[in-house]
Amino acid sequence: MSRHDSTMRSSPPRSRLDRRTFLKGGAGLLFTLGSAGGLSILPVRRAGAQSAWPGARNIDPVRLDTWIAVAESGDVTAFFGKMDMGQGVDTAIAQVVAEELDVDVERVEVVMGDTHLTPNQGGASGSSGCRQGAIPLRNAAAEARRVFVERASERLGVPAERLRTRAGSVYVADDPHTRVTYGELIAEGFERELDWNGQYGNGLLVEGEAGRKAPAEYRVVGTSVPRKDIPGKVLATTEFCHHVTLPGMLHARAVRPPVANAVPVAVDERSVAHISGVRVVHVGDFVAVVAEHEWHAIRAARELAVTWSETEPPFPGMERLHAHIRTAPAVADNSAWNFGPRRPYDPQPTLDAIATSAAVLEAEYELPFQSHARMAPSIGVADVRDGEALVFSDTQKPHNTRDGIAKLLGMPPERVRVIWKPGPGSYGRSDADEAAFEAAVLSREVGRPVRVQWMRDEGHAWDPKAPAAVITCKAGLDASGKLTAWYFRAKGFSGWDVAFNASDPKDTLVGQLLGWPKGDAHNFGVPGGSYAFPNAVKFWETIAPLQERASPLRCAHMRAPQEPQLHFAQECFIDEVAARTGVDPIELRLSYLTNEREIAVLRAVRDLSGWETRPSPRGAVATGEVATGRGVAIYSGFGAYVATVCEVEVDRRSGRIWAKRFFVAHDCGLVINPKGLVATIEGNVVQGVSRTFEEVRFDERAVRSVDWATYPILDVMDAPESIEVVTINRPELPPGGAGEPAHVTIPAAIGNAVFDATGVRLRRLPLRLG
Amino acid sequence: MARFVLNVDGERREVEADADMPLLYALRNDLGLKGPKFGCGLAQCGACTVIIDGAATRSCVIPISALEGAAIRTLDGLGTPERPHPVQAAFIAEEAAQCGYCTNGWIMTAVAGLERNPNPTEREIREMLAGLKCRCGTHMAILRAVRRAARELSAAVPRGEAPREDVAVDEERSA
Repeated sequence: MSRHDSTMRSSPPRSRLDRRTFLKGGAGLLFTLGSAGGLSILPVRRAGAQSAWPGARNIDPVRLDTWIAVAESGDVTAFFGKMDMGQGVDTAIAQVVAEELDVDVERVEVVMGDTHLTPNQGGASGSSGCRQGAIPLRNAAAEARRVFVERASERLGVPAERLRTRAGSVYVADDPHTRVTYGELIAEGFERELDWNGQYGNGLLVEGEAGRKAPAEYRVVGTSVPRKDIPGKVLATTEFCHHVTLPGMLHARAVRPPVANAVPVAVDERSVAHISGVRVVHVGDFVAVVAEHEWHAIRAARELAVTWSETEPPFPGMERLHAHIRTAPAVADNSAWNFGPRRPYDPQPTLDAIATSAAVLEAEYELPFQSHARMAPSIGVADVRDGEALVFSDTQKPHNTRDGIAKLLGMPPERVRVIWKPGPGSYGRSDADEAAFEAAVLSREVGRPVRVQWMRDEGHAWDPKAPAAVITCKAGLDASGKLTAWYFRAKGFSGWDVAFNASDPKDTLVGQLLGWPKGDAHNFGVPGGSYAFPNAVKFWETIAPLQERASPLRCAHMRAPQEPQLHFAQECFIDEVAARTGVDPIELRLSYLTNEREIAVLRAVRDLSGWETRPSPRGAVATGEVATGRGVAIYSGFGAYVATVCEVEVDRRSGRIWAKRFFVAHDCGLVINPKGLVATIEGNVVQGVSRTFEEVRFDERAVRSVDWATYPILDVMDAPESIEVVTINRPELPPGGAGEPAHVTIPAAIGNAVFDATGVRLRRLPLRLG
Repeated sequence: MARFVLNVDGERREVEADADMPLLYALRNDLGLKGPKFGCGLAQCGACTVIIDGAATRSCVIPISALEGAAIRTLDGLGTPERPHPVQAAFIAEEAAQCGYCTNGWIMTAVAGLERNPNPTEREIREMLAGLKCRCGTHMAILRAVRRAARELSAAVPRGEAPREDVAVDEERSA
């Protein structure tokens, strides 16, 4: 950590945030208290102004007031550079700030994801909302408290050691009536520098001089503070990105080709001349319509006559997908750079050890393309004019989106402001960014604010996909059944075919349609974890995309990127070894695991589920229509350790698999909000059940799963009967991640349970019997 | 474009629109309601659900011209922060939302369902909600919330005395 030299101390005192109405710098930002009690931010353009946001906050990470603002009323605003995707991260942040600052949690508002208000902490990313995102806020809050104590000491003439803080006041320990509120102390301004590690994004870290509270003193952290966002969502007062309207705003819809790689050759504008107020925009290979009324844009997009180029259909068809992956040449592997050190590998010693083993097991697992299939397809609003752009998006990473739109429009990034608004949950590099970029292009073209709302088929067919793969596992066994060698190869499409943020137009559909050359980054992954398998090799290979440009099957991060695929293979194959050697699946895992926290969650889930120690399958105990079984899987990653047991019911006649009961043991270090954590784990499980039965359907010409009928997700009729969660709280450790880890275990736990119930080993997702 | 008169949450509202425009766009754009949401436009997900004459209805496909004289209820008019509807109170108590985009559909469907059957079994609750989508996987909390609301409502309305004015609609729909 280095202290950054700064002259901030000589700057004028910071403005004071009043919670009801606050006009910053004379123009630009109007803060008002929303009807639901939330802070809503309405950007207001000043007529005739050179810049739309002259009063933008100085969000230098070294400034304490970049992170924390305290009003004379005592209300606190925390500026958070990540955002909540529906797991209540903002509530957890409010708890952390309230804890270290010693204020009531109800008085803390958390402002998220506005590039002109919040520091760039990397957005929603890698289960890092608390794991990484909370740390700068915690440190800033602790430093702010220290500043208040210091000032109170001067004001009251009492040494700091005799002062205590509680509920937004500093008081004298042995004379509690002698006190001064933070609101009174903030009048002197709030300038203080923090040590900053010089990074932006997930790794951004700041620290002050203040020490932190001991976990034993926590009053707010570790309690189930109600989520701040729920009432607004239930009472219909939350302003989603979809609700944003700007004066003079037009509605737009894009027009997509019938064959995935076709481009528009001619557009007949007369075909929509009968629909009032419609204008056709055709730039590069991007075609869209804009209209005064949304319904007219929808109709015009349907009726617009476009002549598309004749092309060779780009895809092998889904029935030949895995044959294609097996035979396509690998173009990259994990000896290349991959977010860290190169990982050169040599499978030969492993293959040699397998060749001399007493017994050999081999299996191949097949993984499909999957769609983010968000609850609503992409939404974005943009107002581009006078050399500036104002953009509303539900992107996970607004700072990156700002950089990408700035490049697209040829503007300096500080002239582009992206404001995040809540959207329909996003779990990775979904289609969330796409509409914002399209709105920016269209607003530039028509000179009016434009709202782009993708239609359902675009959300399913044209969102970035989770990559399909074939995973090959081999194990050598000695005469006693002990492992002698372990081989794991994942071969599939690159999870970085679309980058994990939109900081460059090349990683958006419209960017590629406008001629930005697609990137060429490669990544898949191998399982982590602490299994001490002898002679082990784990490696990945990626193949070229099926369509080079603007492909509906371009691949990107989807919740716990590639980890569910990888661990479906690994955790099922471990069960195959257990079954071959007649060992209980948990016992087998315990005999190879070396990490104490992995071992602890596995033992915990064994106890929680009442696990019967025996080999799988259970054998022909039941002869009725319904077979039952149980399966286990573990995962460690994102700073968490998870073990899951699933109990299934399999209908022998219909083949229906019901993942009926789940037991999850979860250790993610310090638990900030127990109820929120359990709810997040439940969501991980249920979405994981859904993904276990999902696949993108496509033929040679196009994606054919285009709605909820052709891409079904889990229905409430098939939701589990129960999910029991035990969390292991480790207050002495920093918080780990919770948004992804449990999700990873689900496909394998279900697959192993189906094997236990039926003796049938399913090696392909979606799981399907018969 | 023509003028249509709607009865939304007990108020008379006028909307200028094409006759084939689905109700959702009038509620969202013309009336500025935040409850009903666009999710699919295909009546497949339920995010746009409103209650029309007692029946949970997908507003993204029903044309505005078909609604003359109909009583339309929306999430926006259901309850207030001070007096939330029992189903809303249950969703808040159980924190039964993640992103919250689909929440409108679950609440409005549960409200209509519990008005017909305030004392449902577990299976009846699931059947009442079948077909609604939630991508975040909030199903367990939603089920807890609807069970809680059912307990509250059945305690308030003794069995056999539930309001049944929508029976005709119900039979029509199940025919």
